[in-house]
Amino acid sequence: MSIIVGYVPTAEGTAALDRAITEAHKSQTRLVIINSSRGDAIVDKRYAQAADINEVTQRLEQAGIDHLVLQPVRGNDAANEVLEAAEKYRAELIVIGLRKRTPVGKLIMGSTAQQILLEASCPVLAVKAGA
Amino acid sequence: MDILSSLMDGFATALTPMNLLYAFIGVLLGTAVGVLPGIGPAMTVALLLPVTTVLEPTSAFIMFAGIYYGGMYGGSTTSILLNTPGESSSVITAIEGNKMAKAGKAAQALATAAIGSFVAGTIGTTLLVVFAPIVVQFAVSLGSPSYFAIMILALLAVTAVLGASRLRGFASLGLGLAIGLVGIDSVTGQRRLTFGQPLLADGLDVVVVAVAIFAVGEALWVAAHLRRTPLQIIPVGRPWMGKQDWKRSWKPWLRGTALGFPFGALPAGGAEIPTFLSYVTEKRLSKHPEEFGKGAIEGVAGPEAANNAAAAGTLTPMLALGLPTNATAAVMLAAFVQFGIQPGPLLFANEGPLVWALIASLFIGNTLLLLVNLPLAPVWAKLLRLPRPYLYAGILFFATLGAYAVNLQAFDLVILLVLGALGFLMRRYGLPVLPLILGLILGPRAEGQLRKTLQLSAGDVSGLWSEPIAVVVYIIVALVLAWPLLAKLWRRLRPRTAGLVLAGGPAVEGPAAGPAAAPAVEGPAAGPYLSPAVEAPAAERPADAGRRRADATHANHGEENP
Repeated sequence: MSIIVGYVPTAEGTAALDRAITEAHKSQTRLVIINSSRGDAIVDKRYAQAADINEVTQRLEQAGIDHLVLQPVRGNDAANEVLEAAEKYRAELIVIGLRKRTPVGKLIMGSTAQQILLEASCPVLAVKAGA
Repeated sequence: MDILSSLMDGFATALTPMNLLYAFIGVLLGTAVGVLPGIGPAMTVALLLPVTTVLEPTSAFIMFAGIYYGGMYGGSTTSILLNTPGESSSVITAIEGNKMAKAGKAAQALATAAIGSFVAGTIGTTLLVVFAPIVVQFAVSLGSPSYFAIMILALLAVTAVLGASRLRGFASLGLGLAIGLVGIDSVTGQRRLTFGQPLLADGLDVVVVAVAIFAVGEALWVAAHLRRTPLQIIPVGRPWMGKQDWKRSWKPWLRGTALGFPFGALPAGGAEIPTFLSYVTEKRLSKHPEEFGKGAIEGVAGPEAANNAAAAGTLTPMLALGLPTNATAAVMLAAFVQFGIQPGPLLFANEGPLVWALIASLFIGNTLLLLVNLPLAPVWAKLLRLPRPYLYAGILFFATLGAYAVNLQAFDLVILLVLGALGFLMRRYGLPVLPLILGLILGPRAEGQLRKTLQLSAGDVSGLWSEPIAVVVYIIVALVLAWPLLAKLWRRLRPRTAGLVLAGGPAVEGPAAGPAAAPAVEGPAAGPYLSPAVEAPAAERPADAGRRRADATHANHGEENP
């Protein structure tokens, strides 16, 4: 069993990670961190760089949580990567961060959060930044 | 002061609101394609050629000039912020520029690149104004034999000097010459390489070939390597420079200009060798040699000035002799032909207003570039977040539209795809694209001069060396071809000659050895983004382009020299 968290180096991503650490601490399960990029742009600010990942792993080591950091670049959407990991690592909970979106924006661009909420087979915890 | 009055007339033409707008569009487009690795000014001009047929030639060329200069500017932004050169001429900039950015001096690095480019571009364009008419006067006296010799020199020198391997270069040149032969021979009316296909009787349209090789080939190549770990970009505010930076930058700017212009004007000079030489020079002259390799501002200022001065230098033989020395100039030459303008020494006489307006627009474009680039650097950096599928879908759309629009023949689309596949294969096997384009554009013109020469001498081969200039040029050709052999002998006779020893690498004995010695320099991670189509120095283009490391974030820092 494990807890999956979708992580991006933004305020929402950090909020989700904080909450996921709390949850993993409570239930003493492994925490799987997913940070993916489609890898089709030269620069993707949602893809965490080495320094950022080091910071995260250090935090987890200090907290004494069994963890796994995955950064798949396979051309898939972030939602698919999270759902696939949830299957693979038998997730008991998925934690994601929500950002402010307009309905039109969602209609045009789709929503990663929505896809995870609808398609996940385990409970999903959606966290907002600054809350 | 006949030149001055002509130039003033040129300014009058170039400063009309409409032409200013085209200069502005050109500058914006040029910077954008310079920023994006793999898309260069040559490809952009080729894509826009069909679109510009409805414009006045003057407006079209003003836009092309903006694209050309802008491309040189844009390349530096990516080099500095991403350690991935957007343009081959910015490869050297990445060495110090990215180190500066990592040390928190990105703003100063961008500023010295932009202001240095402006200074070099302005001086270079002034030199162009001074030298082009002189070259024209000299060129008018040349006969066909000399012309043929100079074209042969340009073709061979570009092929032999640039690129990772001569064999690949000459293979590419052969392809270009072959494609240039297709069609009905103008003298005898024989069909050549038409394979009984009447649609090929007119030959292949240069625009279609250029778009196929540059745009379609590049798009296929990128599609084959679509997924890459994203790179880390260094956030940057508005570029600025402190007093100390100015003090350390102005001399490198001037030296870079002095190196860049002549190299750009030479056949096969290009912009890569002078940037490399400028870097080495600055390293030797620097009061702070310990800073080199850790982010020395001189190492950005010099090479950036050199590549812009080279851009101006390239236009001198292009306008005065009709002799392109790089891909963008070659495509611009094709544009002249498309507009029904005969390039060559008579261009200044027959198309004076157009040429002077073009030169005036270079001054204007340079100034615009400075105004656009100093405040907009962060915006250009955002351009790198564009997903490649969107970008290349747009490029392919334009390529197809353009190729079809040239003759409204569906057959041209078949040619586009076939040659696009050829462009892809060339990138896959590391064949440089420039010799092909030059062969395609210069080949038929060289053949025309050869025919003329032989007709004048009634078929006697000795007519080829009947002019002193031709003889001199052939001697230079022989030297260029024999250079590696001579260099080898030289090394054997005097092992480890004194010279520039770079970072524990081999000694450098002159410009031609420059690119060969480049592996010793800490190179930027050209990685997968700088496609081999970009004529990068040998160092940045491993022989097997198809199996390069995708890991651009961990650059090989040259310490592992054999």
